[in-house]
Amino acid sequence: MTPAVEVRDVRKRYGKLDALDGISLTVEPGEFFALLGPNGAGKTTLISALGGLVRADSGELRVMGHDVIRDYREARRSLGIVPQEIVFDPFFSVRETLELQSGYFGLRDNGKWIDELLERLALGPKAGANMRSLSGGMKRRVLVAQALVHRPPVIVLDEPTAGVDVELRQTLWAFVRELNAAGHAIILTTHYLEEAQELCSRIAMMKAGRIVALDETARLLAAFSERVLRVKFAGCELPAALAAGASLAADGAWRLPVEGAAQVESALARLREAGARIEHLEVAEPELEEVFVKIMANAGEAAPVPA
Amino acid sequence: MSAGFRTLLWKEVLRFWKVSVQTVAAPVLSALLFLMIFSHALSSHVEAYPGVGYTQFLVPGLAMMSMLQNAFANSSSSIIQSKLTGNIVFILLPPLTPGDIFGAYLLASVARGLAVGAGVFAATFLVVPLPVASPFWMLAFALVGSALLGALGIVAGIWAEKFDQLAAFQNFLVMPLTFLAGVFYSVKSLPPFWQAASHLNPFFYAIDGFRYGFFGQSDVPPETSLAIATGTLCALSWLTLRLLRSGYKLRS
Repeated sequence: MTPAVEVRDVRKRYGKLDALDGISLTVEPGEFFALLGPNGAGKTTLISALGGLVRADSGELRVMGHDVIRDYREARRSLGIVPQEIVFDPFFSVRETLELQSGYFGLRDNGKWIDELLERLALGPKAGANMRSLSGGMKRRVLVAQALVHRPPVIVLDEPTAGVDVELRQTLWAFVRELNAAGHAIILTTHYLEEAQELCSRIAMMKAGRIVALDETARLLAAFSERVLRVKFAGCELPAALAAGASLAADGAWRLPVEGAAQVESALARLREAGARIEHLEVAEPELEEVFVKIMANAGEAAPVPA
Repeated sequence: MSAGFRTLLWKEVLRFWKVSVQTVAAPVLSALLFLMIFSHALSSHVEAYPGVGYTQFLVPGLAMMSMLQNAFANSSSSIIQSKLTGNIVFILLPPLTPGDIFGAYLLASVARGLAVGAGVFAATFLVVPLPVASPFWMLAFALVGSALLGALGIVAGIWAEKFDQLAAFQNFLVMPLTFLAGVFYSVKSLPPFWQAASHLNPFFYAIDGFRYGFFGQSDVPPETSLAIATGTLCALSWLTLRLLRSGYKLRS
């Protein structure tokens, strides 16, 4: 099957800065993929190269099998990008904006789909309003609708929820999940790691223009994070049998790695045997944030100093 | 003609038409002010062509000057505004070809030029009746002149990174070249050096040829003027398409 997105050894240099330093990755059709990394890691540059806003110095980028330079018209027809910055044309209303955007993609009678987009993104009451009069969150919704007017098989959302209220987040994710279920590949960049953990089946982490981790979400979590038992107790020291992998948090609670319910049981039994009086107890699930912090820290040591 | 091109053209026409008080009425008013001042000050002194009064001589020149300046303003300001506000991505992300983008901005500039030119004549025809010797030459120069400046506006809009750079382009290139293109005088009345210098100015041919369409008289034969103006337009169009193809300052 043709990959939704194929990036092969892409490099882009701005002066002395390697914005993209040999990026390769593949996103399959229908996949929900996260592109994570600190600011300046190169995520937006990569997305821009995919959309033809930035020209890569070398390497190849394809969308649904179409080269973004040689076959740019087909590549762009297959791609919808929601840009990170809120941009709009103050001369037009919401509906006019969407009609124009449809026209640029060669679609003339797109009214039905535009109506559906307006409804799904809760923009209906604002359809006739001038773009200038909308709030930031509303403008963001219009950007999402604009990226979707041509029903692209690949949708890229570049930090779509930065500074956005809870209502829009939920509206947006419900809609994007539905699009994903209908077969659209979704590429998401976000600084809210819980969003990526919840939504994305595969994750690439970038730092300084390189990919430092690329795997299924579940495997990254299993490899770099663990389920822990957080327990605060009094009356005894930590039994030696539980010391392996244990750490003491600042609030005086111990973090004990546990793999399943059986281990939680046995840990509690040992504490009771030792005469502990348990004051607080919780089981924490693996978190992407922990994975992210660990990977970025390791990558920091390995990363070459920019020339 | 692709649907993308038609949509972009439509958008560009709507963009100036929605604010036509500023983009059409204001330049017509400026042209009328020039007409009042210069015709009052000079009408008794100058007869540019035999049998043509100075005020009559002035009207087509002022109309063409307004057309040129507004055709330039249309494409250049639209592009730089889109660049600075970031909404240029709405045009860069869809599958529009360089030819679609060039053609749409160019024709929208021509539309604005023609609207302003028509406005100048509508506002003056009762006071200053003009003959029309040849509608063909009149229309040909109106189209080629507006297109020439529309293309130059695209180049300026792509090149400029800030509004003041665009203003410099306008104030130091477009304004002097239009003012010195024989709007207010026949270049035949100039000393030989300045006459020769005027002949290096492509805008001169647009104005001179346009005037021929009304009076059947001009400083240069209209065929020559049209050939030079069209040649300049072709060269500029080639340059503009090259810039758009390379992504110069638009796709980093």
